[in-house]
Amino acid sequence: MDHLVGLFQYDFLRHAVLAGTIVAITAGALGYFVVLRQLSFAAHALAHIGFSGATGAVWLGLNLVAGMVAFTVAAAIGIGALGDRLRGRDVAIGTVLAFVTGLGYLFVSQTTRLAGRATSILFGDLLAISAESVVVTAVLGALSVLVLGAIYRPLLFASVDPAVAATRGVPVRLVGIGFLILLAITVSTSVQVVGVLLIFALLVTPAATAQRLTAHPGRSLALSVVFAVVSVWAGLVLAVLIPWPPSFFITAVSFAIYLLVVWRVPSLGSPIARSSRRTVKPPSRPARDSLPAERPTSPLG
Amino acid sequence: MTAPAVRFADVAVTFGRRTIWREATFTIPRGAFCALIGPSGSGKTTLLRIILGELRPSVGRVEVLGAPPRRGNRAIGLVPQRGVLLDDLAIRARDLVMLGLNGHRWGFGGGNADDRRRVERALDAVGLLDYADEPVGTLSGGQQQRLFIAQALLDRLELLLLDEPFANLDVKNEHEIVALCRSVHREQGATIVVVTHDLNPVLNVIDHVVYVLDGRPREGSIDEVLTTETLSRLYGTPVQALRAADGSMFIR
Ligand SMILES: Nc1ncnc2c1ncn2[C@@H]1O[C@H](COP(=O)(O)OP(=O)(O)OP(=O)(O)O)[C@@H](O)[C@H]1O
Ligand SMILES: [Mg+2]
Repeated sequence: MDHLVGLFQYDFLRHAVLAGTIVAITAGALGYFVVLRQLSFAAHALAHIGFSGATGAVWLGLNLVAGMVAFTVAAAIGIGALGDRLRGRDVAIGTVLAFVTGLGYLFVSQTTRLAGRATSILFGDLLAISAESVVVTAVLGALSVLVLGAIYRPLLFASVDPAVAATRGVPVRLVGIGFLILLAITVSTSVQVVGVLLIFALLVTPAATAQRLTAHPGRSLALSVVFAVVSVWAGLVLAVLIPWPPSFFITAVSFAIYLLVVWRVPSLGSPIARSSRRTVKPPSRPARDSLPAERPTSPLG
Repeated sequence: MTAPAVRFADVAVTFGRRTIWREATFTIPRGAFCALIGPSGSGKTTLLRIILGELRPSVGRVEVLGAPPRRGNRAIGLVPQRGVLLDDLAIRARDLVMLGLNGHRWGFGGGNADDRRRVERALDAVGLLDYADEPVGTLSGGQQQRLFIAQALLDRLELLLLDEPFANLDVKNEHEIVALCRSVHREQGATIVVVTHDLNPVLNVIDHVVYVLDGRPREGSIDEVLTTETLSRLYGTPVQALRAADGSMFIR
């Protein structure tokens, strides 16, 4: 233990813990909606498109994160414009994804500056984060969490019931595009921590694990954040003890939590889960033929 | 005199080059219990979307509760046409209903104690209080329909629109939905418009009919529309309107 605490005097480890924690919090929180909105493939695509943005930026001698943000935000707006029709959307995303990934390979082939960088973009390099990157990560992370907090309720409504949300005055499409932009920014910052290929471990796995445990939206989101943060911390500790890359350990821990939950906890809809949550099943009452005497009054009514 | 619930004056809807329907002129009076019928694809859902202000008609004038239609009007409730919800949708029944109350407001959090009481009252009114903490995907089709009605019941409704609420329901569930609509109709004095391909569940409660025939929505009184001839033209196949000894009607 002393050994671990002592390591904290090293800048690179402090940076790793800070950036890793911030990314885990944002990715865990956004992940709740990625799973709820069935956007796993879009998230996957954004990460790969980010790879091309990153390599393109390095080729042109620009800032890597800036390049990723530019590419992924543009892609996010495009994906958002496709709307919510899952099937057509995924085909369109896949088509653009293939082309943009090809573009990334072109960038890699055209420059020698990328030597070695490509691997760290793909798989992350948590132990090589600069103080400047920590600041960028913190600013973008705080911004994402703030915006998510501001659009949380309309986004939840638009995610579970877009038809009714629209009639209630929720700008469904706008909220959806706003969320994808947040996702793009988060994918871009998390590249340093786990890389574009492994971002799923923080963006999808913790949220999927949490949604198996509870149907309470706030609790599910919080659990998702906890799982993501635990994955990063445990991954870092393991990487200090064993000389393997932290990205591997982070994905491994995240996966282990998922497996454990799948193994121990029946899914929410299954009969076992239902009876265990409600020990005495009350008989279902028929709809009453009259409404309660005291009616709620709306501010408009 | 209060304005009618819905008034259409020579309205037409065109998507691209296709005219869905035209020359729609009809009125749904306040407090009516109205059925909206017509063949599949005749534009019934489109008509509801115009009432909700989601779609602007290409031609004509529309008035809803005495004003031009606008989105987000909380005096109007909608129970939309749909299949069942995703069975792995991880959100509780009470959360879904709560969203009807505060889901349009920016920000974070699930509502205060007063909001929670209102949600529980609405759940109780549709007989789903015992299921408040169940994930919505695990509820049956009929329970889900009742849940959407509970969501619509949160505000003081003046107009309740239901799009095919009886799809996939058995007779018992049909009865429960109709009973709920009747109590909203009676106790809140709300106007009810129900789109349905099967008239039988509502045959003895409706007092008004709007029907889309030959690309034209029109209104009619019960006695005009619920005849063997009109219904046969409407459904495009011979049907019979029968009156039982006790005065109640059914169609087959
Ligand atoms: N946004 C749109 N763009 C183009 N065409 C549309 C659009 N919305 C509806 N339509 C077309 O308008 C016609 C009427 O559709 P609508 O959904 O209103 O029919 P409906 O009477 O509700 O049918 P059903 O009974 O099957 O629900 C259909 O042919 C449909 O394809
Ligand atoms: Mg329809």
